[in-house]
Amino acid sequence: MKTLDEFVALFAEQLDDTDPSTVTAQTKIRDLEEWSSLLALSLISMVDEEFGIALKGDDVKNSETIEDVYNVIKAKLQ
Amino acid sequence: MAFFEFKNVRLAGIAAGVPSFIANNLHPLPEDAVSSDYSPEDFVKTTGVLERRITYTQTTSDLCYHATQKLLSDLNWKKEEVDAIIFVSQSRDYNAPSTAGILQNRLGMSTDTYCIDLTLGCSGWVYGLNTVASLLSSGCMKKALLMAGDSKAVRPMQLSPLFGHAGTVTAVEYKEGEKGFCFHCGTDGSGYDAIIIPDGGSRNLTSPNSFVFEDCEDGHKSRMESRMKGMDVFSFGITTAPKSVKKLAEHFEFDYLSYDYLMLHQANMAMNNMIAKKLKFTPEKVPSCMHHFGNTSSASIPLTIATELKGKVGAEPKHFICCGFGVGLSWATVAFTTENFIISDLVEVDENGNVVHS
Repeated sequence: MKTLDEFVALFAEQLDDTDPSTVTAQTKIRDLEEWSSLLALSLISMVDEEFGIALKGDDVKNSETIEDVYNVIKAKLQ
Repeated sequence: MAFFEFKNVRLAGIAAGVPSFIANNLHPLPEDAVSSDYSPEDFVKTTGVLERRITYTQTTSDLCYHATQKLLSDLNWKKEEVDAIIFVSQSRDYNAPSTAGILQNRLGMSTDTYCIDLTLGCSGWVYGLNTVASLLSSGCMKKALLMAGDSKAVRPMQLSPLFGHAGTVTAVEYKEGEKGFCFHCGTDGSGYDAIIIPDGGSRNLTSPNSFVFEDCEDGHKSRMESRMKGMDVFSFGITTAPKSVKKLAEHFEFDYLSYDYLMLHQANMAMNNMIAKKLKFTPEKVPSCMHHFGNTSSASIPLTIATELKGKVGAEPKHFICCGFGVGLSWATVAFTTENFIISDLVEVDENGNVVHS
C-alpha cells in the first residue's frame, strides 16, 4: 500500500489553486479554500483508481484531515 | 444471477423529444437550485452540463407522444401494428392510472395494446428494453414501443442544474433469426435513500412538514423534492457500472473493447469519464450529449443515440454496449447490434405543446 506521504502528494494533485508544498497530512480538508463537494468527487475518483476502494460520502464527511482519509482507506484495505 | 438473452428481436429505430427552451448553467434561472459551494463555471467544468432543455408545461408523455408520431412516420409503422407500450418514467401523468394507457388512447392505438408503466430512473431504458425484448422474443407480439424519460416536475420545485427534460421512444420488433439482446441487471436496495423524494408516497404521507425546507447534502430542499447523496452515488457509479459491463462480457464470452460504442447513462462528465477510463474505452467510442442536454434520467441513452449518432449509425451493422445506473440503486447493461436502424431528427416541443419545425 502507498505510504501516507504518497497519499498526501496524490491528494495535492487534485487541487488546482493550492500550493502543493503547503499540503500536509495534518491539513484539514474543509479548511482548504477550494474544498467543495465537486472536489470530493475528484478525491473519490483518485482513491478508487489508486487503491481500488470505493469511499462513501460518510467516509469523507467524517474525515477531518488528509491523514484521516488515509486511515479510512487503510482500514478498508484490511 | 440476472443474466438474460433474448433472440429474434431487433431495434428498429429511436426518436427523442425535448422542450425547445434551453437553460444555460452559466446564467442560472431564478428557480435553479444553485449551490453556493462552487461557481457556475466550476459546476459546468466538473459535470460537463452547460445547457439543459426545460419545460414548465410538457409532461414526459407529451414529449414521448410527439417523438412517437415522428418515429412511426419515419419507420412507416402503422399505429394499429403496435402491440405494446412500455412507459418508463418517474414523472407520470397521474399517480393512477398508468401513463402507457393514456398514450395508447392519445396515439389512437388498438385497445388490444399491452400497456404498462415502469417506475425507474437512470437504469430505466435498459430495464425497459429487457421487458420489451422478453415480451417480443416468443413471437406472440411483433412490434413494441419503449418510451422513456423524465420531464416537467410532478410538483412545484426548484430545478437542479444537473437535470434536463426529455421523452424518447425506441421501436423494437420481432424478427426471426436476429441475434437479439444480452442483459445483465442488478439492484442494491440498501442504497434506496441515495436518491430519494422522502415524502408523498405511502411511507411518508404528504403533510405540511413535507414543504418545509431543510438542509441536505445537495442543498436546501423540501421533502417533496428529489435529493441526492452525491458522493455515494458517484462512488456507486464508478464502481458498479464497469463491473456490470465486465460481468456481461464474461458471461456471454465477448470482447467488449471490440464493440463500436459504449453508451453510458449521462450521469455527469466526471463520473462517465472515469467509467470509460476504467473500461479502457477511447472517448470517441463513448458518445455524450450531457453538454447540451444534462442528465435526462431514463432518456439519456436513447437521447445520446438520437443526437450524437445520427448519420453514423444506420444501414451498416454497429455493435453497442449500453449501461444505465442510478436511483434504486439500480443498474443494467445490454449488448446488441443495430442494422438498418432509423434515427429520427430531434423533435423539439414548445411550451404550447407544438412541434417546432426548423
